[in-house]
Amino acid sequence: MNRFARLWNSDLAWSFRHTRVAIGAAMVAVALILAALFAPWLAPTNPFDPGSLNLMEGFTPPMQPNAFTGGVFILGTDNQGRDILSTLLYGARISLFVGFASVLFAMTLGIALGLAAGWRGGWVDSLLMRVADVQLSFPSILIALLIFGVARGFIPPSAREEVAIWVLIISIGLSDWVQYARVVRGAAMVEKNKDYVQAARLIGVHPVRIVVGHILPNVMGPVLVIATIGLALAVIAEATLSFLGVGVPPTQPSLGTLIRIGQGFLFSGEWWIILFPSLTLLALALSVNLLGDWLRDALNPRLR
Amino acid sequence: MIAFILRRLVQSVLVMLVVALVSFSLFRYVGDPVATMLGQEATVDDRAALRDRLGLNDPVVMQFARFVGRAAQGDFGISYRLQQPVDELILSRLPATLELALISGMLALVFGVGLGVYTALNRSGWLSNVIMTVSLVGVSLPTFLIGVFLIWIFAVELQVLPSFGRGETVTIAGWTTGLATPSGRASLVLPAITLGLYQMTLIMRLVRAEMLEVLRADYIRFARARGLGQRAINFGHALKNTLVPVITITGLQLGSIIAFAIITETVFQWPGVGALFINSVQFVDVPVMAAYLMFIALVFVVINLVVDLLYYVVDPRLRVERGAGPTRARG
Repeated sequence: MNRFARLWNSDLAWSFRHTRVAIGAAMVAVALILAALFAPWLAPTNPFDPGSLNLMEGFTPPMQPNAFTGGVFILGTDNQGRDILSTLLYGARISLFVGFASVLFAMTLGIALGLAAGWRGGWVDSLLMRVADVQLSFPSILIALLIFGVARGFIPPSAREEVAIWVLIISIGLSDWVQYARVVRGAAMVEKNKDYVQAARLIGVHPVRIVVGHILPNVMGPVLVIATIGLALAVIAEATLSFLGVGVPPTQPSLGTLIRIGQGFLFSGEWWIILFPSLTLLALALSVNLLGDWLRDALNPRLR
Repeated sequence: MIAFILRRLVQSVLVMLVVALVSFSLFRYVGDPVATMLGQEATVDDRAALRDRLGLNDPVVMQFARFVGRAAQGDFGISYRLQQPVDELILSRLPATLELALISGMLALVFGVGLGVYTALNRSGWLSNVIMTVSLVGVSLPTFLIGVFLIWIFAVELQVLPSFGRGETVTIAGWTTGLATPSGRASLVLPAITLGLYQMTLIMRLVRAEMLEVLRADYIRFARARGLGQRAINFGHALKNTLVPVITITGLQLGSIIAFAIITETVFQWPGVGALFINSVQFVDVPVMAAYLMFIALVFVVINLVVDLLYYVVDPRLRVERGAGPTRARG
């Protein structure tokens, strides 16, 4: 059996094929991710190129020709004449980049600390778990906001714009590592006393190799579930911070920034500037959330 | 139990000290206070004199101790941006935030418990299914989007409710309240719904799950067998027993409500502490940032401590164990 056939016949794939919600959510999520990935080729215009902008084309409603130039835009244009569809694609790209990067960071940090706590035990374990307890009592979006604010203070003003996106990724990542660390720690504590691990220790296998080769694969299921739901949370956290005006710099507008811009035109009747970014964010968050829910149920042996 | 309380107290103090250290480093290492205060014309001697007067030449540990001492008295200096004492700024903004948080907390509690009980008692009713589905979407919806959409529907399209500010406020014994005027009450509606919606879905799901659990218990069946009325069983027995975890969670959520008020206040331009903090982050207004950091940490630490202590008051099983022979270790 080749690899594809094995994947197709696995329990997980079977569960996926028989869950309509999962198929729908996966289709929406994959479509959005692909659209974001290929934004430079899919977008009709490049919204970051000031040369291609025409202020006369500002505030064009969707699917209607512009009064001056006659240009037609599927989703309309914003106040500066930028095509909403293009800003959306580029914005989703930045939102998803921040989302994936911060999940990756949180996951790496959480797994490393969780393994250290579970494997070493003792004071390392109690220190890390106390920190985790304290952090869990605060909402993660507040922690991300506070870390971002503090970090912003320490960065010299000239570099703030440049590094803002990385500071954002680290802030969101730091606010979200606890879940991974707890799951990994629990598994590491169970596995480390099993005979095969003791045997591997006896024959002198390096601890790092035991941890990475034997203990880590046992926790990848739950970690994957946390990471999927974490992606939805990270995208929402990024959008929230950017909406509040403290996230990505204005030169790299994410979905949150676009919604923030659109809010200003709600009262003057240009509804399309805010509606389409909001719907995209909603579709992204909802589809990834539903995928995470399905994955959790599918990987839970008690529910089979 | 006393050991448990003591340990929690020590942990709380430690958390506050760590947060104080972060606040202090913000003050100490962000920008140069001497340059900010003296400007360009000052001589080297002037600078040295000011450094001395501000105590910047003392050992860092001493400076930190002084910072903690001042913070304990609520003294965080003067806001760079607004040129007002930070403690006065925060105190003047606090009533707005607390009023918003309390009203939305009450809203979440009342509707959360009501809908939770309804969906538990009518498990397969179509209305229950609709409520559960809507609540799932509600959980995925970011808070700020809820606010924006409420503004769109009720302020822009229907034009029945104001979209920003607190309306007319009245000052009663130093506390500015919007509850006393019609425009103040109208201004509160949309922000309170925005802030309370997420907590409401949380409470609703919790009440529903607990209710379903309790309704399956033996004593409910016995109550039915004794011929008690449906109302007495559902509300006198079942609901009463679900309320302990609900009260705990709601208490813990009060901190989250105050934290999420940052978002709601920004959407509705609500003149509270959260909006003040967001502005201070945008302008790197260090004294305000540091003070808010300490304030929010204190709120959370106190709430967690109180809820932990309430556990012992509310749950009699934890009290009986005291001195009742060998019991399992707790804490």
